[in-house]
Amino acid sequence: MSFEEVKNTVKKIYEQVKSENLEERDNLINILHAIQEHYGNYIPLEAAEVLKELTGRPLSEIYEVLTFYTMFSTDKRGKYIIRVCKSLPCHVTGGAAVLKSLKDVLGIDYGQTTEDGLFTLEESSCLGLCGVSPVMLINDEAYGNLTPEKVRKIIEEIKEKERSGVK
Amino acid sequence: MPAVENTIVICAGGACISAGEISVKESLESTLKEYALDEVVQVVETGCMGACDLGPIMVIYPEGIFYQKLNSENVKKIVEEHLLKGRVVKEFLYTGPAGEVKEKPQEELPFFKKQVKIATRNLGVVDPLSIEEYIARDGYFALTKVIKELSPDKVIEELKKSGLRGRGGAGFPTGLKWEFAKKAESNVKYVICNADEGDPGAFMDRAILEGDPHTVVEAMTIAAYTIGATKGFIYVRAEYPLAIERFSHALETAREYGFLGNNILGTDFSFDIEVRIGAGAFVCGEETALINSIEGKRGIPRVKPPYPAQKGLWNKPTLINNVETYANIPPIILHGGDWFSQFGVEGSRGTKVFALAGKVNNTGLVEVPMGITLRELIYEIGGGVPGGKKLKAVQTGGPSGGCIPEKHIDTPITYDTLKELGTIIGSGGMIVMDEDDCMVDVAKFFLEFTVEESCGQCTPCRDGTKRMLEILERITDGEGTEEDLEKLKELGEHIMKTSLCGLGQTAPQPVLSTMRYFWDEYEAHVKEKRCPAKKCKELTRIVIDKEKCVGCTACARVCPVDAISGSVRNPHEIDSEICTRCGSCLEVCRFGAISKVSP
Ligand SMILES: Cc1cc2nc3c(=O)[nH]c(=O)nc-3n(C[C@H](O)[C@H](O)[C@H](O)COP(=O)(O)O)c2cc1C
Ligand code: SF4
Ligand code: SF4
Ligand code: FES
Ligand code: FES
Repeated sequence: MSFEEVKNTVKKIYEQVKSENLEERDNLINILHAIQEHYGNYIPLEAAEVLKELTGRPLSEIYEVLTFYTMFSTDKRGKYIIRVCKSLPCHVTGGAAVLKSLKDVLGIDYGQTTEDGLFTLEESSCLGLCGVSPVMLINDEAYGNLTPEKVRKIIEEIKEKERSGVK
Repeated sequence: MPAVENTIVICAGGACISAGEISVKESLESTLKEYALDEVVQVVETGCMGACDLGPIMVIYPEGIFYQKLNSENVKKIVEEHLLKGRVVKEFLYTGPAGEVKEKPQEELPFFKKQVKIATRNLGVVDPLSIEEYIARDGYFALTKVIKELSPDKVIEELKKSGLRGRGGAGFPTGLKWEFAKKAESNVKYVICNADEGDPGAFMDRAILEGDPHTVVEAMTIAAYTIGATKGFIYVRAEYPLAIERFSHALETAREYGFLGNNILGTDFSFDIEVRIGAGAFVCGEETALINSIEGKRGIPRVKPPYPAQKGLWNKPTLINNVETYANIPPIILHGGDWFSQFGVEGSRGTKVFALAGKVNNTGLVEVPMGITLRELIYEIGGGVPGGKKLKAVQTGGPSGGCIPEKHIDTPITYDTLKELGTIIGSGGMIVMDEDDCMVDVAKFFLEFTVEESCGQCTPCRDGTKRMLEILERITDGEGTEEDLEKLKELGEHIMKTSLCGLGQTAPQPVLSTMRYFWDEYEAHVKEKRCPAKKCKELTRIVIDKEKCVGCTACARVCPVDAISGSVRNPHEIDSEICTRCGSCLEVCRFGAISKVSP
């Protein structure tokens, strides 16, 4: 991926988000979300450079924002980002066992990505689904009432889907 | 077209979706088609019905028969039996903790009956994607009334009369806040809805946005009219994609109907709302941090004063309220402040939505009058603690709050009484804990949260909470000293006094509160190196009772680290050095031979 490519893409996204907003002042957070979505779960570092030009903000400020929010990543991450809830209601209803089984089936720890580039494991605070705790989010999809067996099944199903090439 | 004979209302709240609602609905619709019932049976999706642990849920009207824990298979059977043959399918009805079966729990169970629904009046009733259904339930009537009949001052007067206080945590009187924002002089003002809901264990804001988004649109528009704003923002956390989707849809339809945008209801009042998305920082729920985040900056809190009502977004006067606070506004306008204040008690008027989570039979959302006792909430409404275990404490107010021990459960829940007990109502999360939960562990848990979520701006909050956490880790590892306990208190008090924002100012609360009520538990960890709840791994061992063990080998087979040895039909033994206290063996022994001990 060349700098030119990033430049053109970021510019396009920037204009797009701006045109959808009512407020004319820049909206860095939503723009960063859109860039991250475009590149599949990460923001190339070069994007900051381009945003500096577009927004007229100092580079340091853009880096600050990029690093402050835990949902943004400048490292490549897996196709599926798994966010496991580690807040108290999930913890007291069996969250630890669920987490352990996730780490076991994936063979990775928090913040790591599986070798096949499919999964990245992250932790999250309460996902607002405590009624069906323990809970995890895989990209935008939530899974509740988890047990170690259920976790294994969900991961297997995704792997199977990927193997058979279904989108 | 044939007349509709039955309406099936199916819960499409976030929790039910995560429990499989989508495949249930697909199966329901295809089965209805298969039997050519699709024209006489109408399927409606609604927001959270409150009883999330029973999901996926559907209710068949006109009778109101409630089916729970559905999947794509059992829903087929319900169509075939209930709709085709008129026979209620008993096995999928509501079944209580004691095995009692109820056809219409919504009319029979205290969980539903004791509720007074104001903020959540439309949840589980309307289709969140249909503005017509919202309007049919008096939706946008309050906005029309305000624009056509009420002066801004009259709106504020009603709010003051209602006694409504902010539901986002701080409990500031809403009428007063609106008055400040109205009086602030500026030709540009903003209205913000705080939907960053980060309190672990609270999920009412999510449910309202997903289940009744128009109520928030309507209330924000009323607020804009009252204070003189032309632009509004809602800040929703990125972890709530469904809420973002449904709220955005509500904005579009409200614009089409002329309730939002230019010249609302044909008047010269114009107002519009834009959605801003969080990016995983709890501190952004703090109002000034949230404002920074909307401005595209790091979400770090600002020094107050000036308050947002004077200098908020882009330094303009800004009114910021929580989702649930807004959801109360349209009914207050329609029925009057006096009507709202008849619920609740002095100083805590109206109703409050509580989220029951943790060790309680009926988890989910309930809206009840303020002043209800914890006992009613946990036992009558919540159905008590599962497995016949003993209630130990209830954590309220999340990481900013504290716990209420069992001995105080007859206290009425109000802003003032909870403050006396050393905690807060906060946003309404209630995490129920039983005898198996260790209070030192719980305190440690919240501290881990704060350490991670501190924005790092103030030294006491950033470093002080880390020090507190280190001490707590020492204590739960069995290496704590009596000095450590003193130090914890001192540090806690210091952090509370010297931090800039509410996060730091309240972060030590869970520790100080558990120390206040469970001092003996702290002492046991420190002096006797014992965890009374047998939760802290370093202080517990798992042992096999040789008398009871029959040598079935089940435990040895599940142990992930091969810590259990023994031959068939002979007593087994656990090597404590290898054992990780995962507890797997405890679950498989059918002879009650395995137990946890703490010296
Ligand atoms: C660390 C911290 C986190 C907060 N998180 C939230 C939140 O998620 N939602 C919310 O409505 N208020 C939150 N608040 C309270 C807000 O600062 C503010 O008081 C509230 O949005 C005002 O609305 P209300 O008067 O309607 O409650 C938080 C406060 C602090 C200090
Ligand atoms: S108290 Fe903590 S979270 Fe609040 S501003 Fe200071 S460092 Fe940041
Ligand atoms: S499962 Fe129980 S009975 Fe069987 S070998 Fe283990 S301790 Fe003994
Ligand atoms: S605590 Fe896990 S979803 Fe709320
Ligand atoms: S989401 Fe269905 S009952 Fe709460």
